[in-house]
Amino acid sequence: MSEPPHRRRAHASSSDLERYAGLFAERTRVMRSSAMRDLMAVTARPDVISLAGGLPDTSTFPPQEFAAQMTRIAQESAAEALQYGPTEGFRETVDCIVEVMGAEGMLPDPEDVIVTTGGQQAIDLLGKALLDPGDVVICEAPTYPGAIPVFCSYQAETIQIECDAEGMKIDELEATLDRLESEGRRPKFIYSVPNFQNPAGVTLSLERRQRLVELARARELLVVEDNPYGLLRFEGEPLPPLYQLDGGDFVIYVGTFSKILSPGIRLGWLVAPPALMEKIVLGKQAADLCTSTLTQYFVREYFGGGRWREYVDNLVEIYRGRRDAMIAALQRHFPPQATWTVPGGGLFIWATLPAYIDTSDLLAKALREDVAFVPGEAAYVDGRGRSSMRLNFSAGDEDEIAEGIRRIGKVIGEQVELYSALTGEHPTPPAASPAGDEAPNVVPFRKVEGE
Amino acid sequence: MRVAVLKGGRSLERGVSLRSGARVEDALERLGHEVLPLEADGGLVKRLLAEKPDVAFVALHGVGGEDGTAQELLEILGVPFTGPGVAACARCIDKVLAKHELRSAGIPTPDWFAFNETAFRELGAADALGDLEQRLGFPLVIKPSRGGSALGVKFAASWYEVPEALVSAFSYDNRVLLERFVEGRELAVGILGGEALPIVEAIPQSGDRYDFEARYEIGRTSFVCPAELSAEVADAVTEQAVAAYEALGCSGFSRVDLILGDEGPQVLEVNAIPGLTETSLLPQAAEAAGLSFEGLVERILELALAPAGA
Repeated sequence: MSEPPHRRRAHASSSDLERYAGLFAERTRVMRSSAMRDLMAVTARPDVISLAGGLPDTSTFPPQEFAAQMTRIAQESAAEALQYGPTEGFRETVDCIVEVMGAEGMLPDPEDVIVTTGGQQAIDLLGKALLDPGDVVICEAPTYPGAIPVFCSYQAETIQIECDAEGMKIDELEATLDRLESEGRRPKFIYSVPNFQNPAGVTLSLERRQRLVELARARELLVVEDNPYGLLRFEGEPLPPLYQLDGGDFVIYVGTFSKILSPGIRLGWLVAPPALMEKIVLGKQAADLCTSTLTQYFVREYFGGGRWREYVDNLVEIYRGRRDAMIAALQRHFPPQATWTVPGGGLFIWATLPAYIDTSDLLAKALREDVAFVPGEAAYVDGRGRSSMRLNFSAGDEDEIAEGIRRIGKVIGEQVELYSALTGEHPTPPAASPAGDEAPNVVPFRKVEGE
Repeated sequence: MRVAVLKGGRSLERGVSLRSGARVEDALERLGHEVLPLEADGGLVKRLLAEKPDVAFVALHGVGGEDGTAQELLEILGVPFTGPGVAACARCIDKVLAKHELRSAGIPTPDWFAFNETAFRELGAADALGDLEQRLGFPLVIKPSRGGSALGVKFAASWYEVPEALVSAFSYDNRVLLERFVEGRELAVGILGGEALPIVEAIPQSGDRYDFEARYEIGRTSFVCPAELSAEVADAVTEQAVAAYEALGCSGFSRVDLILGDEGPQVLEVNAIPGLTETSLLPQAAEAAGLSFEGLVERILELALAPAGA
């Protein structure tokens, strides 16, 4: 198909742009964009094995089923599916959400649920409803890289609490809260991805979950539980969600269909108490009026088929194999100074290299070998994480993963060797990793040293 | 005219190149030319052969496009192209080679040492680094020899920071230079057909001087053009810039980056094919000289088609 007739926008001259620059809101100064974006432009080349994305594998979704569902929608509900819908989302979508949350042991009041345009919008709406410039947000270190631009765009001060193999260190959190209190400040919320965290792959232990919830109650603080990966568990017993432990008073819950069905349908949700929900609904009206009705109809049809758990189980099988392939490749190809997390689910492994290796620079070298990852820096607001990297194992098949890790291992090996030649010393011990020092026995994740 | 615009490529400056290319394509269309956008990939030669453009506008930056590779192909195919030729590109992209040429021509450039990876891996060059403090002093700027942007450029405030900075720089190239850091004002002189455009001064708003992000983001760096300099100093800067352009054999257009410190202007590097994005310095300088972006693009084309020596 040829392009429709269109006008090519004349690119502005530099003096025009100076004029725009004078118009930009203050918050655009802190929005990150960047060198990394330029590097990422190169990772999009088709010949690059990308372990950088966070893409679920949608290739196993049966096309016939997809076609049948869409056909039914077209035949039975075309006018409604093409129309605006309620800002809160359709009740039928909320029923599906309640079913998904029920599968993890939660019993939300459907009235507390709002359908959002992806989990990302839920985080953004919380920022919109809760954050004034200069407000404090607490999150994990490292944290979900996609949450950082949200906090930055509302000009919040983001404080990151170190993670180890059991997730966020609650002692450090308490110390930080005490310090803030002594300064007369309170965080607006504590953001956490408790299951198979993006990017570190670690899971918050039961004991820490309980402490976090108690602490939130005692200090009357909000906790935002972002749980995209909880159902993607490869082994071990599920841990109770914070929302379930708390009962929904101080824990706001963010969920999504992205990882259990499709990120393309852009359907997520937020569960919050009524007082907060009122502001969230106002924020969502301003943002987009309502989430796509068409994809809500799709989810309704899909859940009506009753086979969604089966599909998730299938994904779990696939991802478990891919995680194992990545761990095996890491053991084989990464140098002994490297450490990495072994997630019991989710999509990501977090690897940490000797402190003298800057993973942003390493990415440039890796791209010459046609392989990409996310430099750890992207998961911090303060420049930490420079010797770590996030590796995704859900998007590629096992052979691609093994080859990708081999290539990354090769360029790391070259840097380690060069550093030894430069210093005449044996390489320094690895930097602290979120995998921590002690092997936990509460959660099925352990730190693994390269062989 | 049928003008092929070469953009993209595999270099780390691919994103910048795509932006330069898109802007050039717009300008060419408005000038009434027939535009042929060409991604610099495996199909490039085939498409050039099939499409037979009258001239190629090279909007490639970094290794593979700005280093003479694309220019060599265009010469073989007999397609006239914009910007410097093969030899000048090869000299400019390699900062070490360029600095040698500049010094031979008597053009001031900060003191430096260059090493390749083999020297460290196989010849024990690490032992020679001990003299750095005496020879160059700290802080030092450590850069990959090739690459037009500030990627991989690090400061070392002390000896202790050198190995790590070297590991970073070697991620981009197998040759790096350690350069004396000269404190001063950052100036850029665009040169069009051998004539200097008004001097641009780049004033970073915050953060490090050599910040890759600041270079391509509106609002991160402010530019003053013409730079506020006395006539005498401005003449000295322009003279050094034109001398550098000539010493490296540039033609068409290029951009010379200088630092103006206590010892007068010193040339840091010459960008054979400078960026042509909205925030790039050469178009701003042209505008200050009363030349619109279309005017600049048209002039660059004329120079590409003019008989050698123009």
